[in-house]
Amino acid sequence: MVRKTFESEIQQVKDDVLVLGSMVEKALLDSVEALKKRDIKAAERLFQEDKEINKKRFEIENHLMVLIATQQPMAHDLRLLASTMEIISELERMGDYAKGISNINIRMGDTTLLKPLIDVPRMAQKGADMLHRSLTAFVNEDVETAKKLPIEDDEVDALYNQIYRELMTFIIADPKTIERANWLLWVAHNLERFADRVTNICERTVFIATGELSEIKSSDDEFWKQQNQEK
Amino acid sequence: MTTINTETKYVLETHDLEIYYGTFKAVTDVNMKVEENKITAIIGPSGCGKSTLLRAFNRMNELYAGTSIKGKITFNGEDIYAKDVDPVEVRYRIGMVFQKPNPFPKSIYENIAWTARIHGFRGNMDELVESSLRQAALWDEVKDKLHQSGLSLSGGQQQRLCIARAISIKPEVILMDEPASALDPIATLKIEELMQELKRDYTIVIVTHNMQQAARASDYTAMMMLSGNGERSGTVIEFDETNRIFTRPKDKRTEDYVTGRFG
Repeated sequence: MVRKTFESEIQQVKDDVLVLGSMVEKALLDSVEALKKRDIKAAERLFQEDKEINKKRFEIENHLMVLIATQQPMAHDLRLLASTMEIISELERMGDYAKGISNINIRMGDTTLLKPLIDVPRMAQKGADMLHRSLTAFVNEDVETAKKLPIEDDEVDALYNQIYRELMTFIIADPKTIERANWLLWVAHNLERFADRVTNICERTVFIATGELSEIKSSDDEFWKQQNQEK
Repeated sequence: MTTINTETKYVLETHDLEIYYGTFKAVTDVNMKVEENKITAIIGPSGCGKSTLLRAFNRMNELYAGTSIKGKITFNGEDIYAKDVDPVEVRYRIGMVFQKPNPFPKSIYENIAWTARIHGFRGNMDELVESSLRQAALWDEVKDKLHQSGLSLSGGQQQRLCIARAISIKPEVILMDEPASALDPIATLKIEELMQELKRDYTIVIVTHNMQQAARASDYTAMMMLSGNGERSGTVIEFDETNRIFTRPKDKRTEDYVTGRFG
């Protein structure tokens, strides 16, 4: 087979992206679980483990640079390597969101949770699941899945809005809860941003397969379009 | 307000071009346009007719016995194979640089001066030699040794001397048949940089085996391949902006070739 070496390097890169993706998924779910249980030790461990995510990202980036320099990738190969560069950057940021949740857990110290966590773990589950499927679509260049997945971000946004309203209710009823409400709002914000980044990964998958680079529309776009029309 | 004419000008055009060596159809069904003041690269695997097509543009094919064409090649709209057209005149206006540098066994000065003289130049020869060598980015390296033999230069310098010689008679088009394949990487890059300067005044068509060169140096790329009609004739399977050919080619065969999956 022509370019056997290059093909096996590409496969290695894809495998490494899946490894990085699963590190990020685990970090997210573990950080939310630790928050639910108010397990500060676990949060401290997870906070440090983010370094492993960063290290893995830089490893893959270095591998990509070497392939670009030595293999003269063109067309599909070039789109794949350039897009993978972007995707690992997204994954690293998603890892940072998980780290942020651990950070909040640590900073909360002795304070109790304002309310039991129900929607927050739901958001985390959904986000992790979306990430998993987006990376499978990336590895298989599954354009159909990549185009359909972003719409599921609406579910995550709906959960965020629910949490927001609930926390506002708490604050209005008792302004002394504002700090604890704020912590939880930040957690929800991180989870909402986590899911948003899955859309970016899907856009890159479409680009690799088709050469077309464009934003996949979400309900947010429709919302703002409507807002502007009403003006 | 003066309106600027932004219509694209095509210097060379082929119309249903077929090129034969005797009864063997080496090239078939080529319809392509070469834009003025641009660099057009022709790439493809060995034996698909790249050099044959290039040589047809200035009737150099006729130096091989038994070659003929069907269809048309026009230069500024005029059929260059028409009965009343002098092939020597065609070659003044569409010059050629070859793979192996071939300076004459004369001085650097005479390589250019002799060429200009036999083409009827009667003006200031010193000025012509200097301007040709400057345009070929060679003047600074040879200005103090113009009377040394052209053969005493390095390979890269010899090739730039050949380019200077070709442009001394003011052609409109320069055809280049793998001009850098016999040169080292630095000399190659110098030729590519020179091409970028030359295209301000000339139209360039280059055949190259070096895909990265085509990607670096050209504006448009013609992908040639055997047409697959069982006759082993080459044809242009895709023609597009170079950026597009190397990032998002339309034809799978082009994709396979530029990614090295061909063969």
